[in-house]
Amino acid sequence: MNERISRLRSKSLSIRPYLSAERARLITAFYENGCHEQNSVPVTRAHAFEYILKNKRLYIDEGELIVGERGPAPRATPTYPEICIHSLEDLDILNSRAKVAFRVSKHTRNIYKKRIIPFWTGRSIREQIFRETNEDWQKAYAAGVFTEFMEQRAPGHTVLDDKIYRYGLVDFKTRIRERILALDFYDDVEAFDKREELNAMATAVDALIGYAHRHAVKLRRLADNAENPRRRKELKEMAKICDWVPAHAPRTFWEALQYYWFVHLGVITEFNTWDSFNPGRLDQHLYPFYKRDIATGRLTKDRARELLQAFWIKFNNQPAPPKVGVTAQESNTYTDFCLINLGGLKPDGSNAVNELSYLVLDVIEEMRILQPSSMLQVSHKSPERFLERALKIVRTGFGQPSIFNADEIVQELLRQGKSVIDARNGGASGCVETGAFGKESYILTGYFNLVKILEITLNNGKGPLTGATLGLRTGSPLRFKTFDGLFSAYKKQLEHFIDIKIKGNIIIERIYAKYMPAVFLSALIDDCIDKGKDYHNGGARYNTSYIQGVGLGSITDSLAAIKFHIFDKKDISMRRLVRALRNDFNGFESVRSRLWDDTPRYGNDDDYADSIMKQIFEAFFEAVDGRPNTKGGHFRINLLPTTVHVYFGSKVGATPDGRSAHKPLSEGISPVQGTDKNGPTSVIKSAAKIDHVRTGGTLLNQKFTPQLLADAEGIRNLAALIRAYFSMNGHHIQFNVVTAETLKKAQRDPEKYRDLIVRVAGYSDYFVDLGKDLQDEIIRRTEHGRSV
Amino acid sequence: MARKRNPAGIIFDIIKYAVHDGPGIRTTVFLKGCPLRCQWCQNPESQKVEPERFRGVYGRKYSGLFSGEDKHTIGREVSVRQVISEVEKDRIFYDYSGGGVTFSGGEPLMQPGFLFSLLKESKKRGMQTAVDTSGYAPWSAFKRILGYSDLFLYDLKLMDDKEHIEYTGSGTDSILNNLRKLTAAGARVVARFPIIPGITDRPDNVRAVGSFLMSLKSIDTIHLLPYNYLCKDKYRRMSINYPLKKLEPPSNGELRVIGRILRDYGLKVKVRGTE
Repeated sequence: MNERISRLRSKSLSIRPYLSAERARLITAFYENGCHEQNSVPVTRAHAFEYILKNKRLYIDEGELIVGERGPAPRATPTYPEICIHSLEDLDILNSRAKVAFRVSKHTRNIYKKRIIPFWTGRSIREQIFRETNEDWQKAYAAGVFTEFMEQRAPGHTVLDDKIYRYGLVDFKTRIRERILALDFYDDVEAFDKREELNAMATAVDALIGYAHRHAVKLRRLADNAENPRRRKELKEMAKICDWVPAHAPRTFWEALQYYWFVHLGVITEFNTWDSFNPGRLDQHLYPFYKRDIATGRLTKDRARELLQAFWIKFNNQPAPPKVGVTAQESNTYTDFCLINLGGLKPDGSNAVNELSYLVLDVIEEMRILQPSSMLQVSHKSPERFLERALKIVRTGFGQPSIFNADEIVQELLRQGKSVIDARNGGASGCVETGAFGKESYILTGYFNLVKILEITLNNGKGPLTGATLGLRTGSPLRFKTFDGLFSAYKKQLEHFIDIKIKGNIIIERIYAKYMPAVFLSALIDDCIDKGKDYHNGGARYNTSYIQGVGLGSITDSLAAIKFHIFDKKDISMRRLVRALRNDFNGFESVRSRLWDDTPRYGNDDDYADSIMKQIFEAFFEAVDGRPNTKGGHFRINLLPTTVHVYFGSKVGATPDGRSAHKPLSEGISPVQGTDKNGPTSVIKSAAKIDHVRTGGTLLNQKFTPQLLADAEGIRNLAALIRAYFSMNGHHIQFNVVTAETLKKAQRDPEKYRDLIVRVAGYSDYFVDLGKDLQDEIIRRTEHGRSV
Repeated sequence: MARKRNPAGIIFDIIKYAVHDGPGIRTTVFLKGCPLRCQWCQNPESQKVEPERFRGVYGRKYSGLFSGEDKHTIGREVSVRQVISEVEKDRIFYDYSGGGVTFSGGEPLMQPGFLFSLLKESKKRGMQTAVDTSGYAPWSAFKRILGYSDLFLYDLKLMDDKEHIEYTGSGTDSILNNLRKLTAAGARVVARFPIIPGITDRPDNVRAVGSFLMSLKSIDTIHLLPYNYLCKDKYRRMSINYPLKKLEPPSNGELRVIGRILRDYGLKVKVRGTE
């Protein structure tokens, strides 16, 4: 990377994220003046959006090529008090917590104390949600049965398609005007609501154009004062770009990037949407501009690389808005889950990998920053070179890009009723979530603790940690005579809590639809304009609500342990098991070791365990899939955890698989940490027994030592491993390459790395259990890229 | 007789995603028992044919073949059918990677009938096969499996007969003769050369290995297997005295020098685990 990019990158990496009160102050000022009292909700929201963009401070850094910050400076992170008010205590926690902290200045704290908190108390969505949901919901939420995504952040969970590269926002406005003129006030009872929504969209779109023009003015002023003539010329060119986009369709590669960036800022300024926002199929969208600009000599490959790098830094400058409480625990990271998709299929079904796909991979490798995240869509039509190029980045231990099965994504979308073209134009966003880009609202509503349900079942409806009655009285566990009897009680409890979760979701969906429409986002997603309906109100072409199951490995192993030891081998009685669990295995060490060591477990290609996993999958799927949401769409399932397996684990006592109380659950569809004894092929065989087609995404994490990937053959074998998984319809796989650095950390801090397994010599062992000399030897070998 | 149709033998491990024992993704089946007693032996648990005790937990507790077994015992008797059905589980990975099954040891030819049946059954099912051998076995055992092993991974350690006897307990005659006969019979062979500092890495031995391989004409690849002392832990857990406690692994520089010498004999050299 050149000096300019290197400087901007270092700056982005070195500034500790901090809270900015700017947005909170502006939105409070807007609502304080009372103009919302004369307008409909969507129009008010549009004016609020406009007010922020008109009054927020602009920031253009020395040497920048892509301009615009969400806050008043890089890494300054705004808040959204209309959704969630941070109390003074929250601010103090944010300022001081060890992980994912945000610096809060005295000044910011003061503004919060004097203006933000007093004004919004009683008015925020978060308070409304906790007011409107019932006691069952709140008890289950507090007990860690499920989480609720929308209590601190607005629904977003969507990705842009190619429309901004073909149309300017003035074209969007023309379309909006046409729809307003076509409204039928005689036969359509919703005509007025639609007119308000459409007017709001028009205002919001104008607001973004105005925001770009403010940048153009500032860029010209900077140009006038610039001493370096080259920079002066550059600034003038950038001013011209901001004159042109987002108002008009982009003409060049540079304009296309700047256009997207303004749109991105619009979406994440309007709300603190989950999964920020995402350009999606970036190599596809930009390729026509790239090809044309290279052909005409307007662009060189190096300049394209530099612009992409500048674009990358902009993402890293925007940490995820601060989360607190349970929501911080379920997703504790600065990452805002913008996931750039590369490769995949063209709308006609042919291979979409192009020259730009490789250039973007170069950028990912060179930038090595947390945001944006990146992924590969690998189809059976994708060239091997593409996959192997990406794996060479994976090998460096950076965790990116993750690898997805493009053919499977298409199948998943088709099953949900999307058109084949919309499916091929889709991809995955967030962690692993499948979506029809530009056309779908696919909301992750909350994680669901599959393991807690078993605990409640084994306690006849009670939560043993608090003693409170949470679920149904399905009978004392001592009365289950067969495994099927126990499983049917588990299923009843599962359905009961899914009902509670869905009822809550339906209330929350309507709260957002009525009080917090996303009018700017609506203008971007088909068919909100055509329907005259908000994104939160069924405006999108497709509307999906997800419930994400967590702890698949832990629940499978727990049920397998019960089946194996209590009903099949009968070497542990139910009474003894229940007592052992209540005592967190204290005084029951032999029971624990039998459960932990001698149970058939998921992740070992063992049908005994894997068939139980399939039973659980079916029960979860049946409880959720196909139930209607409030937007004309359906509830679906996902299997992914972010960081919630740690929080959920903290809410669950000892489990029948031998796990001690409060320890993390298994994550995604990965096996319980440290129990996959047969290596990656067996994990993959087990994971492939999940019917991925009936999910909207699954997450499989695999740990590798770099020795396995050291040479060309290692990369080829890893590629073959992925191809084999995908031929069995696996959805996604990502690789955590354990570096020597990690091993050293594990040596210093063994408690944090309890689950780290290394191959010793003919056998595998927990790294932290090895003697110091052996650990040193493995570190040395890892550093030298040799096989153990 | 049931036993004849489904012969049995003793194995001590099955490793999946074995990627250093032949091309592609493989499953390596370790047959127990070895006639040699190399001082640097990395798998002391493979030497005796009979099952034996291990302090600590050995192998894969949950995997099909070893589940329910005493986890402190190394080695168990299994049938050909049991082994093959475990190997078959990863068939899809062999198909995608051009891999297959490798029979290693110990010295797999110590159990010639069992090895023959395993290879024959694997070939019958269309799997690619490899045998990882010390070469120390009667030619008759090799002759029997000739048509059933697609690849031999063949160890050469010390070319001097006396030294070979000193460090491994046996001479070189049958090892070198078997290799001559194998290549003459058209078998595909990759040579493997353990680099044991101060023992096998001396330039005269390296050159002798190179010139012997060159004389055979049909072997073009040699894998260097650098010594490591990770096995020390295993010796401890098996209460066996380890004679080479002070030995240090070869440096990358030493490996480069050895590689250069061997390349002069027209060999392709690969250090295990690196490019």
